[in-house]
Amino acid sequence: MKYAIFVVLALLLAAIAVANPFILEPAGFLAFVKRAAPLVILAAGQYFVIVSGEFDLSVGSLVTVEVVVAARLIDGNEAATWPVLALLIALGLLVGLVNGVVTALLRVPSFITTLGMMLILSGAVFLWTGGAPRGALSQSFRVFGRDTLWAVLITLAVGAAAVLLTRATYGRTLIATGDNERAAALSGVRVARARILAFVISGLAAAIAGIMLGGFAGVSAQVGQGLEFSAITAVVLGGVALGGGRGSVVAAMGGALTLEAMFTLLNLYGISGALEYTVQGVIIVAAVAAGAVQLPRLFITPRKGDAHAS
Amino acid sequence: MSTIDVSLEVAVLSMRRIGKSFLGVRVLSDVDLDAQAGEVHAVVGENGAGKSTLMKILAGVHAPDSGTISIAGSPVTFRHPLDAQRAGVAIIYQELTLLPERSVAENVFLGREPLRRGLVDRAAMERETSRLLLELGESSFGARDLVGRLSVAQQQVVEIVKALSVDARIIVMDEPTASLAEHEVELLYDLVRRLRERGVAILYISHRMREIFDLSQQVTVLKDGVRVATRATAEVTQGELVSLMVGRELSHYYPPRAGPEETGEVLLSIRGCGNAKLRDIDLELRAGEITGVAGLQGSGRTELAKAVFGAEPFTHGEMTPLRPRSVREAIAAGIGLVTEDRKAEGLALRQSVGDNALLVARAVRRGAAARVRELLDRVRLAPPDPDREVRYLSGGNQQKVVLAKWMTVSPKVLIFDEPTRGVDVGAKAAIHELVRELAREGMAVLMISSELPELIGMSDRILVLREGRLVGELPAGSSEEAIMHLAAAEEAA
Amino acid sequence: MSEKVGGRLSLGFRPAQVVFLALLAVVAIGAIVGGGEFLTLETVVGIQQRSAALGIVAVGQTLAILAGSLDLSVAVLISLTSLVAAEIMQTGDVAGGIAAALAVSAVVGLVNGVVITKLKVHAFIATLGMTLVIKGVLDHLYDGPAGRVPDSFQHLGYDRIGPIPVSAMLWACVALACWFVLTRTRMGYQVYAVGGDVEVARLSGVRTDRVVIVTHVLCSLCAGIAGLLLASRLGAGAPTVGTDGGYDLESIAAVVLGGTALAGGKGGVGGTVGGVLLLAVLDSLFNLLEVDSFFKDVVRGVVIVAAVVIYVRRRKS
Repeated sequence: MKYAIFVVLALLLAAIAVANPFILEPAGFLAFVKRAAPLVILAAGQYFVIVSGEFDLSVGSLVTVEVVVAARLIDGNEAATWPVLALLIALGLLVGLVNGVVTALLRVPSFITTLGMMLILSGAVFLWTGGAPRGALSQSFRVFGRDTLWAVLITLAVGAAAVLLTRATYGRTLIATGDNERAAALSGVRVARARILAFVISGLAAAIAGIMLGGFAGVSAQVGQGLEFSAITAVVLGGVALGGGRGSVVAAMGGALTLEAMFTLLNLYGISGALEYTVQGVIIVAAVAAGAVQLPRLFITPRKGDAHAS
Repeated sequence: MSTIDVSLEVAVLSMRRIGKSFLGVRVLSDVDLDAQAGEVHAVVGENGAGKSTLMKILAGVHAPDSGTISIAGSPVTFRHPLDAQRAGVAIIYQELTLLPERSVAENVFLGREPLRRGLVDRAAMERETSRLLLELGESSFGARDLVGRLSVAQQQVVEIVKALSVDARIIVMDEPTASLAEHEVELLYDLVRRLRERGVAILYISHRMREIFDLSQQVTVLKDGVRVATRATAEVTQGELVSLMVGRELSHYYPPRAGPEETGEVLLSIRGCGNAKLRDIDLELRAGEITGVAGLQGSGRTELAKAVFGAEPFTHGEMTPLRPRSVREAIAAGIGLVTEDRKAEGLALRQSVGDNALLVARAVRRGAAARVRELLDRVRLAPPDPDREVRYLSGGNQQKVVLAKWMTVSPKVLIFDEPTRGVDVGAKAAIHELVRELAREGMAVLMISSELPELIGMSDRILVLREGRLVGELPAGSSEEAIMHLAAAEEAA
Repeated sequence: MSEKVGGRLSLGFRPAQVVFLALLAVVAIGAIVGGGEFLTLETVVGIQQRSAALGIVAVGQTLAILAGSLDLSVAVLISLTSLVAAEIMQTGDVAGGIAAALAVSAVVGLVNGVVITKLKVHAFIATLGMTLVIKGVLDHLYDGPAGRVPDSFQHLGYDRIGPIPVSAMLWACVALACWFVLTRTRMGYQVYAVGGDVEVARLSGVRTDRVVIVTHVLCSLCAGIAGLLLASRLGAGAPTVGTDGGYDLESIAAVVLGGTALAGGKGGVGGTVGGVLLLAVLDSLFNLLEVDSFFKDVVRGVVIVAAVVIYVRRRKS
């Protein structure tokens, strides 16, 4: 049940293979993974935030910021690649830190915090570049998103790190926090710190996804548009509950792959661009409804009064 | 209206031969209960006697398995709380069911706002609310005040006004004074008398002897789901009442107590500590000893546990090894707390047994992962499967997981707040044995329980808490009467 | 009591009042900095014009949020209704165009409400799904602006009576209507109850599902009205007019800025109107100062988060 999303993914891949057997070949499959890589990485980051009971709406604009900043600073200069990469990572971490501190310590709902961050980021970056992205990426920068081997390796590394993190002490306490904040706090968990770190992870994931998308899709002001919703959708498709405490990061990344497979399939069958959104919307709501309808019955909590039988 | 008229009338409420089981466990057997207009009928009994279940049946929250309910002579069936409401039954729960962000009048008329030409008649709503407030002699707040700004006592008045506004003929008050300060209790007394004058029948659930004798005309005693007696309050003494309520057979065997030689050094000492809810707490916990704490609801039992554990810390006084200002400080000092409300405060229900058992160890970064299986065996979790989600476990097994959670960090002092609430009989014995075992291994145990047999069976000494103070200490094996007198009775004790 | 604690100006006031105070402050700053230039007829009209469409959507969004829900699908719905209206009005049938646009809105709101309450899908996902569905349909059917509205209908977007644009009056009417529903009808009272505590509302006999569904229908209707307004301004329908304007997230931001709690049960239309006006006045002030438009976004983000920080602090004290 936990990994039901992979059954869906397999079915979608099979359906793709019927029309286009290339995807069954290693090269074809890897190309598919490369295309999905940024979303998979964003979903992995978003997973940590959602499982702790919060949202991160700022990742889309953070991706745009990363790409635009990279292009302006590198401006075709190969030598600048590595310092800029370090700076981009630092930027992602910083944005996550601010999101986390405002949400966990100042207690602003994360929806608002990250919405504000979204406005601030997109405003600030274009303020800095004067309205339109300028400059160019270097070849050695573009390789991460464009070269299949690099893209797949990075995705695998991020995936492995995410899995290890969810199994580590931090991940377990974070999930427990999302499930029952009070019980976690009364067990000595530093709840605020755990949440802040979740936002930092999400920021880091957005930085990595931005670096890859810059290589893959090139520099534009729209590169990150809507990615926050795609990432949240992917995570939810993977069976991770909004509100926290439930779901696995592997399934969240599976949700991202499934979303990408769905796009591919819809393209293949000529429902290009346009109606694919419609189909996507219906599937997402249906998937969540299917999950929700059975949940409340399993999850029986006693009425308030019962705990105080006198 | 004269008393003769009232007694000649048909009882407003008549419950006959009410029976109810939960999961095969009989909670109520053939219970009868009548209430007359203008009368306060006290319902008393120990924890688990079945009072709450009986009242919830009356409120339409639970359906009875057998028996009938009649209101003013005609039989009724409640399928939903609203059915009961419409029939004129109102319950005032301990947790108030009000919207803090709305005004008094809006709360009183929630769901049935008066209309005038299709629109809500706010003026009428506020007028009617003010009238009822006035009738009850309540002038400390008005119909327009936000409920969230009122004290608990004032909110209780709002609940009562809400009940009156639907013309409730039967009002159930569930331990209404539990969360009230002393001067507020006097106000409640007045209120109850006024309700009587209005001809309302009041079912008054309480442990407090003084209230029962001050307010009620009739008293019904429940014990183990059976009605033991119904008497006119004037014809019964406090001593008789207590002995009717208690004297239950010990339901199971309790592990032997610690001998004096097993009681070791002082592991935790509290001197003159207090906070907003507690005053002048002096307490010493010794290795190997189980210290029981008794007290009525609202006496500060849970507050004491939370204060010692740093969750709602003491604000002044001395504590050694230290006075914790946070949960983490307490844990670092070797203090643990098994909370009263397991589901809300003890467990992450959708996580596995293993994750829950390791929660504390992970939070304070003390390695214990390797010991989890061993610990689950030790707490006799059946089956000792670390991968199951805890929400699927029985209450007893869940409590064992909570125990395992604390055992991973080997605390020196472990506080139990209602250790066996919602736990079946078999698991109860296992948990009792575990608690004793931990004490025998040198832990100091502070055990808070509202179940007197448990407290007496387990404790090496019993402290009694009343109104935020420790008012006395009783030796092991004291009688329930002795404890009740200290905890409940005031001048009469 | 709490009025005097802390000594900060905001402490004595309710969030909605804080917004209007901030609004006054910004206007004062504008008057001082810009002198006569700020309080010209032109700027005042501009502020009203700019805020009308967002204002209408935000008022609807207030209802959804007060009931403990939220609606992300308003932006695409605005686009959709602008197109529906313009396509039908092309045939000369203005009334039909309006009716069709409102009918489409009502259906969308109904579906949102039913999916949230009956299928128990989180409002975020349900309305995000609806967004995708509508976006797909729009992208499939349209490449760019389509339909035409007759000149008579364009009066709605451009005319003004004295210093007050018709669009602002429309906004005022919508706001008044919603305020009326919230404060004078049983439905309004129940919206607050459901948003405050669903369980308490249910125990008091409120049909909670129905309340949520009705608020979603009303919220969508407001989006539909905003779509009509934009169609009249553009003279046609446009498939991206809603999303380009960022009406989904901005309307939520304006509601929260106006002091309505994102969790529901607390707040009101008045605050939202203040929130929208504050955003618009800030905008004018920046135009006056010739501040870069991207800087405006930054300030807007900071203002929204800062406002909530203040409200949260207040609630604790």
